[in-house]
Amino acid sequence: MKKQNWLLFAFGLFIVWGLGLAADKKNTCLECHLQLEDKLALPARSFPQDIHANYGLLCSDCHGGNAEKEDIEEAKDKTFRGTPSRQNIPKLCASCHSNATYMRNFNPRLRVDQLELYLTSKHGQAFEKGDLKPAICTDCHGVHGIQAANMPQSKTFAWNIAQTCGRCHSDTSLMKSYNLPANQEEDYRTSVHAQALYEKKDLSAPTCNDCHGNHGASPPEVTSVANVCRQCHPSPSQLFVRSAHKAVFDEAGISECEACHGHHRIVKPTDEMLPGGKLDTCVQCHEANSKAFQQGAPLRQELQRLATELESLDSRLDAVAKKGVEVSEARFQLQEARTPFFEARNLVHGLSFSEMESRLKDSSDRLSRVRAMAEAAEKESQFRKTGLIIATAFLFLLALGILLKARQLRQRRLKTYL
Amino acid sequence: MAASENKIIKKGGQDKAKSKTETWAKLRSYFELRFQWQPIVDFAKKKTVPEHPYSFWTYFGGICLFLFIIQVITGLLLLLYYVPAVDKAHESIVAIMGQVRFGWLIRSVHSWSANILIGAIFIHMFSTFLLKAYRPPREITWISGFFLLLIFLAFGFSGYLLPWNELSFFATRVGTDIIGQIPIIGQSLKFFVLGGPEVSGSTLSRFYWFHIAILPLLTLFFLGVHLYLIQVQGISRPIGIKPERTEEVPFFPDFILRDAAIWFTVLAIIGVLCVFFPWEVGEKADPFAPTPIGIRPEWYFTFMFTTLKLVPAHILSLEGEKLALLVFALGGLLWMLVPFWDKRAQRDEKNPLTTAVGVVVLVYIFSLTLITYLFPRL
Repeated sequence: MKKQNWLLFAFGLFIVWGLGLAADKKNTCLECHLQLEDKLALPARSFPQDIHANYGLLCSDCHGGNAEKEDIEEAKDKTFRGTPSRQNIPKLCASCHSNATYMRNFNPRLRVDQLELYLTSKHGQAFEKGDLKPAICTDCHGVHGIQAANMPQSKTFAWNIAQTCGRCHSDTSLMKSYNLPANQEEDYRTSVHAQALYEKKDLSAPTCNDCHGNHGASPPEVTSVANVCRQCHPSPSQLFVRSAHKAVFDEAGISECEACHGHHRIVKPTDEMLPGGKLDTCVQCHEANSKAFQQGAPLRQELQRLATELESLDSRLDAVAKKGVEVSEARFQLQEARTPFFEARNLVHGLSFSEMESRLKDSSDRLSRVRAMAEAAEKESQFRKTGLIIATAFLFLLALGILLKARQLRQRRLKTYL
Repeated sequence: MAASENKIIKKGGQDKAKSKTETWAKLRSYFELRFQWQPIVDFAKKKTVPEHPYSFWTYFGGICLFLFIIQVITGLLLLLYYVPAVDKAHESIVAIMGQVRFGWLIRSVHSWSANILIGAIFIHMFSTFLLKAYRPPREITWISGFFLLLIFLAFGFSGYLLPWNELSFFATRVGTDIIGQIPIIGQSLKFFVLGGPEVSGSTLSRFYWFHIAILPLLTLFFLGVHLYLIQVQGISRPIGIKPERTEEVPFFPDFILRDAAIWFTVLAIIGVLCVFFPWEVGEKADPFAPTPIGIRPEWYFTFMFTTLKLVPAHILSLEGEKLALLVFALGGLLWMLVPFWDKRAQRDEKNPLTTAVGVVVLVYIFSLTLITYLFPRL
């Protein structure tokens, strides 16, 4: 074996030995604290489940001291810091989490700019000014039972975020001191986004941090709301930017999407939000008899008519399919009719009336074909039933006739025999 | 004048009838000379069927035959449009159900009648078993019937995959995995049945080949033997039914007419089922999709399927599933050989032991099938 290879072998052995030692590292803090009273035992109970413990970190990595010493005096040596003060926590966490070289050993994909971002957030800015009430690392991530954000038990897992933020933001007295409303969580929970997250279990649905940011959490400015929405809804955003509304909204300082859809309590949009509808949002700016209103109202009516027809044809096809008539082609055509319908709905954001009209016509034409197919399918179903009644009656009569004939033959034979 | 006119008309009528009879006689003698079927006609004229309190059960054989004929006719019609290829099988069934005139009816009749046929075969088999109709000289009739049962189960298994839908695809996968469990030959047999290690296009071609070529040929042979023996030996009279208590009914036309009446009633029932519960096409099979929850084979295999699910993993250091398969195989063999081991029935004596065996097997099949449907997530 070459000398170089020997060296490599020896180095490998050293690493294995080192890992072995690391695995056997003693943690006397836990051993003692587990025997103490509740308050002092609690951290020791939850720490073994903590992500830091899973990566081999010890109590001493945050609290100082020597976790390998059995004797309490030796364990609490001069490096022992005890409970870190609230003021020092962001920096204490950042001492590792902002160290790219160190963090690479555990998770090379994890960002290392959390503190930097935090200091740009409303929380961080107030904290820097000496206000210790705003959220710091431990308020959102927990203390001794910290879990990775992709673990469902984690406080920062998608469907736990609203609750985590709500701990402070739903606290009326705390929010009052900052002149902030405390109904955001409540509003969010009634939104279409929350419905997708909690009811459909769609983890890609937005929660607080998706619009406000994580560590750099701040409310988006009026001009940037549309950019935030665009991350998930690119098509309506692009249409809006090209529309006549864009310049007017910018000039008037109106936030784009939010003006019609609101924020936090964003409900499922309906055609009723269009001119003349029950939830008409256009009347916020337009007069009810204006030209724009006159142009939009018939389009709303057509959208509503087609929506009703789509729904009705869907249930008609369902009903006839349950009776056993094959309607897959009609279903396919119905889906084809839906596409221009949804395109027309989306085009509302671009105020492109002529394009809307063309899409609506396309959808309407396709729906006429589906209607004809549904009618043919219903006719077929009726034909089957009528045919069945005739055929069944014929077969039963035939069977009865045969039986009577058999009886007649038998009686005739018996007569002859007698 | 009027009387003479009447005479002429009457005479004309008689002449007409006479010439008709002569034409008929000429035709008969023409065909008789060539086919020489007078002995068959004489046999049919003399053939009688005993009528006794259990006669009802004897009609099930005829029902099976009728349903088989329906299967042949509807199967031949389906062949006009069905395409046995992975990318066309499901599509062709959708087309049959939606676009082909009366395709829905033909396909639904084929599927419904197949299932009713298996049910009728089971009823026919158990009634034959419990009435001990297998006793000499009808041993070969019983054995040929047993082979027909196996053939029709194979018909069901192979036909189930042909629409290439999700349920049938995964049920075939589960079914062929069971074949793979058979000791020694299991893996080779599974490979042969599937045409490869997995359910694929080769399996579809192979099942199609079985379904429309091999199994029909086997059926023709065994059904031929079965029907020939029934014609030659006649229908059995149950033990304990004295000849003086039975009435001999002519096979032609009485028995055949009653058979026909029942057949038309069965056809009417199938028609009702097809209109109100047409056989579903299902979603097209996706071999890469995960196995859906609650997948199970056709109802007539579920008693075996559930047994294999319930059997412990190990019984006395033997693999539970393999042991269960061995028990099924041995049980089937004993069932087939009942005419040889039921010595009392051979002497025309009642045998409560075989009756008890029949009842236990019947109750077992019935309850395991019921459990499968009542507890789908077992």
